[in-house]
Order: sequence, then C-alpha cells, then structure tokens
Amino acid sequence: MLEYAIKGDKRYYAWITFLLALIGIGFGVYLWQLRFGLGITGLSRDVSWGFYIAQLTYMVGVAAGGVMVVLPYYLHDYKAFGRITVLGEFLAIAALVVCLLSVIVDLGQPGRILNVWIHLSPHSVLFWDTVVLNGYLFLNLVVGWNVLQAERNGTHYPQWVKPFIYLSIPWAISIHTVTAFLYCGLPGRHFWLTAILAPRFLASAFAAGPALLVLLCLLIRRVTNFDPGREQIQTLAKIITYALIANLFFFGCELFVAFYSNIPGHMDHITYLFAGLHGHGVLVPWMWASMGLMVLALLLLIPPITRRNEGVLAVACAMLFIGAWIDKGLGLISAGFVPNPLHEVNEYMPTLPEVVITIGVYAIAALVLTVLYKMAVGVKEEVAA
Amino acid sequence: MEDSRRQFLKITGIAALGLSTASTAGVLAADQGPQPYTRKGDEALTAKQWGLVIDTTKIDHELAEKITEACHTTHNVPFFDPEIVGPEVAKRHEIKWIWETHYHNAFVDSGSNNYMSEEVEHRPFLVLCNHCEAPPCCRACPTEATYKRDDGIVIMNFHRCIGCRFCMAACPYGSRSFNFRDPRPFIKETNLKWPTRSKGVVEKCNFCVERLAVGKAPACVEASDGAIVFGDLEDPDSHIREVLREHYTTRRRVSLGTGPAVYYII
Repeated sequence: MLEYAIKGDKRYYAWITFLLALIGIGFGVYLWQLRFGLGITGLSRDVSWGFYIAQLTYMVGVAAGGVMVVLPYYLHDYKAFGRITVLGEFLAIAALVVCLLSVIVDLGQPGRILNVWIHLSPHSVLFWDTVVLNGYLFLNLVVGWNVLQAERNGTHYPQWVKPFIYLSIPWAISIHTVTAFLYCGLPGRHFWLTAILAPRFLASAFAAGPALLVLLCLLIRRVTNFDPGREQIQTLAKIITYALIANLFFFGCELFVAFYSNIPGHMDHITYLFAGLHGHGVLVPWMWASMGLMVLALLLLIPPITRRNEGVLAVACAMLFIGAWIDKGLGLISAGFVPNPLHEVNEYMPTLPEVVITIGVYAIAALVLTVLYKMAVGVKEEVAA
Repeated sequence: MEDSRRQFLKITGIAALGLSTASTAGVLAADQGPQPYTRKGDEALTAKQWGLVIDTTKIDHELAEKITEACHTTHNVPFFDPEIVGPEVAKRHEIKWIWETHYHNAFVDSGSNNYMSEEVEHRPFLVLCNHCEAPPCCRACPTEATYKRDDGIVIMNFHRCIGCRFCMAACPYGSRSFNFRDPRPFIKETNLKWPTRSKGVVEKCNFCVERLAVGKAPACVEASDGAIVFGDLEDPDSHIREVLREHYTTRRRVSLGTGPAVYYII
C-alpha cells in the first residue's frame, strides 16, 4: 500500500518538500543543542521541564483521542465510524511520533536512552510511560495496517487482529493515565498533586484529539475524492462537546478545592497562571486566551444550529485545539514548577531554538501522517471506484 | 561478574513480578530496586543512615559562604559569572549543592508568620539534599542513576544518568541541578579527587562519600567550625543522636513523608 504514498500530484510533492525543509531546519538546530547542551532552551534549574515535555503531554492526549472513533465502531458497532477509524488510528501514530521524539529531544544525554531498558526500573513512572507509548504505537500500526489492507482486498480483517483492537481501547486510556501519573505522584508539587489530573487529561484528550480529526476530515474532503462523511463529523462533534464540558467541569473542581480550602500551596500555582505571583505573570494573557477559546468553542458547539454548520464547527474545533494546547502545553508544566519548592518565582518561556526544534518534531509527525493518510485515502478512493 | 549476574536476575525477577499482578505494591516501593553496596576501606567511616544537624544559631553569612565555598570547590561545582554569561543565563544554568536561603524559603509549609523574630528572619539557612529515608528522586529515576546507598546516602551515577530530569521534578526541596552546558570551562580550580561532570546530567550533594571513604568528615562539616554535626542517625550512641537529644530540632517539609536526614536547630 505504500506505493500510494509516492504517487502524488505537484501539490502533494510541494507539501512533502515543505515538510522536509522544516525537518532540515529543526534538525540543524537540534545538532546545535546536542553540541551546546539544553542551555539553548529557556529551561532552568527551577523550571526543568518545558516546551518539549509539554508537547509530549498534549500529543499523548491527541493519540488517546483516537479511541473515540475506535470504541464506538468496534464495541458499539456504530457502523458509520468504520469509514474513519483508520484515520483515527493513523492520527494516533503521528501523535505518538511527536511524543517519542519530544522525549528524545528533551534528554540531556540522548545517546544513553537505552539505559531505560538496560536498567529496568519498574518503580519509575517514566519507565511505564515508555512501555505504554511504544505499546500503543505498535497496536495502532498493527490494527490500522491490517484493517486497511483488508479493506483494499475487499475481505474481512484477519481474526487475530481482533484481540489487538480490543486491547487498544483500554490501552488508549492507559497512555494518558500513565502520563498524568508522571506528574501527579510527585510530593511537594501541589499543582499536579491531584487525583483528578488523569481524568482531566483524558477529558481534554477526548476533546482535542477528535477536534483535530474533524479538521483533518474536512481537509481530506476538500483535497481528495474521499468524503469522510457528514454524519461521522457530526457524531465526532457531539463527542467533542461532551468531552469539552467534562474538561471545563474538572478544571472548575480544581478551582473549588484550591480556593474554597484556601490553602496557599494549592492556590499559588493557579494564581500564578491567571493573575501572576509576586509581580511575575508571563503566562497570564496566554491562560486567559486559553480559557476564552475553550469557553467560546463550547458556546459554538452546544447549540445544534451552530454545531451542524461545518464552517462554524471547524472554527470551534480550531479554537478548542489551540485553547487546550495552551492550557496543557504551556500552563500545566510551567505552573507545576512555579513557584519552586522554596517558594521563589523563576519564570519560563521557550526560546526560539526550542520552538524551531519542536516545529521540526511536528514536521516529522506531519510527514508520517501525510504518508499514512495518503495510503488510507488511496485505498478508499480505489475501493469506491 | 558474579554481582552483575545476581543484579540481572534480581532485576528480571522484579520486572516479572511487575507483569504479574501479584504484588504491584512491592514493585512500586522504591526500596525494591537492586540494592547497591559499597566496598569499604580500612579508614572508611560507616553508618546505617548518615545525617546532619545544622545549628543555625552558630552560622552567620560569612560562615555560610565559607561552607558553601568549601563544598563547591571540593566537588568541582562550576560558577557561571553573571558578568560573563549574563545574569539571566547565570540564574538559569546555576548549579548549587548547598546554599544560603531565608527561613521562610527553607520552611515553606511550617515556617513563617508575620511577626517573626527579626534575627531569625535575617539568619542564613543552609539548604542541601536531605538524603531522605524515602527519596522521591530515586523512585522517579528510570535508570537507577540516582539511588540510596546502604549507608543512607542518596547518590548520583553521572555515567548512567540520561538527563531526563524526572528527579528534579520529584525533589520537593529543589536540591538538584542540571548541567545545561559543559561546566568545565567554569570551574576555577579542578579538584582531581572528584570527577567533573559532562553536560546533560543531573547532580547534587553526595554527602562527601569520597571523603567518608578515607575517614574524613564532609567538607561542609569540616568548614563549619562545629556548627554542623554529622553522624549515624540509627546509632543511639552517636554524637549526632546526643545533639538531637539535647536540642529541639526541625526538618524541612516533614508532612511530605520523605523523611529528611538533615535536622535544623533554630
């Protein structure tokens, strides 16, 4: 099926070339980082994780969000999603590429990465995170590939694939749960030390992942002869709406616990994000923008009249995707570290090299997604013809 | 050879245990990892759990600086001069093993009030790695690059560390530093008795294991003119236990359950 990926028109090759250029630039800057060290980033002794780990956290959510098309189709026999499950699975693969590469570019000694497997440490959540992320990548590759191949051959996918499909559903939950456990099991980081972190991660994942899928479906309809389908997009829109409501509700629960209990350790981080602390507040405009985007997106998603308009839906999905990215990407990591354990405020903002490397990582994922989607759409066009 | 095989069996055994659901609780406990042991020379000072008592009433700014200097020169801790690298970068890349802070920074949960004794408010408080009884950093480390020795000291293996910085997020005392760049050009005088670090690894106080091994007290203790006492917390007859019996002491962020081994006389 890979042959579909090398047969394309001028537009397709221009897009591939553009991605390769971004990858090249990102890789060049990464070589600089390898040479100098992580000192070219905005990271510091106090804020020791930042933009890279934020992309891991956010894109794990997008990957987990893929289960929102897999689950209704395979468990509830919701046939309409059969048309787009493979798109969900392939999106998960691309998202996982971001996750795994983001971990690698974040390492101080990337050459030693295999130490994680040589010196197995089951007490470390990071070890389990590598297990669940690589496992989910494997599951989606196996399932996506075999189901697509069967579709191309006009047959049913082989029976041995079925256990992997069922396994992939709880596994999707596990990747975001374990990623939340990276943070919420750490003593003394009160912003993360909350049992609702994993559920909150999942809620934002089930909103942001399908939102990106809706945007991709609309794009595919525009640039190819394959239509993912109006019903499919509308069902996704409803899933997104519920998940976004849950996400905002969980955040409200956090606010209540922190501010009604009036415990400074719990309030300080949230205050830092939304109002600034001790005169420091680089994230304040970002966080209000994030909340504004998510609330506005919700206002557009709830009334059926706006949700059913695909143009408005696209805008709402984009707003929610960006809003959740700021919340989980920029805010969540920074605020966990600010104020620091000695209650000093040292802020963090990513530097240009850090952003360029991240763009390179996303470009690699976009290239993977392009190739996979080209294949999927190629098969679907062929079957339809 | 024998040891590495035993360790391998131990680790695979633990991994297998993790896969069976029989005893996840045991696997999650940090002390279940491979237990490193330390070979000891004849003069080596030994203990079951090393600890420190810092008598803050005896330490002024000058002495605090002397102690910090002694520690940092002994361990080749680089100094990023703000005038050379710029103040922001100097702050971001800063590496420190022991440093002076205020009471309200050292004791964030239990400490300050609005009507504090002025003397205490301005007194220097030295903070460092607490060599916790249940160290969250060791639990977090995915490669056992940081681990607790059989004498209670939490130590770093600089050659195994992959630089993921999970331990820095896990430490509730801010005791860990990361080499954001090659530190070597910023070391004034290299002490050849202790290695310099490469970029990309985490480091922190090592309780002067290299000095204990040859019968010497930690550098901070030696430089402190008697203001810092070290000893075996588990030996009821040790000097440190005597000091603890005689003085009211406190520790940093006890409510987190980490069991710090550094005590403060206020």
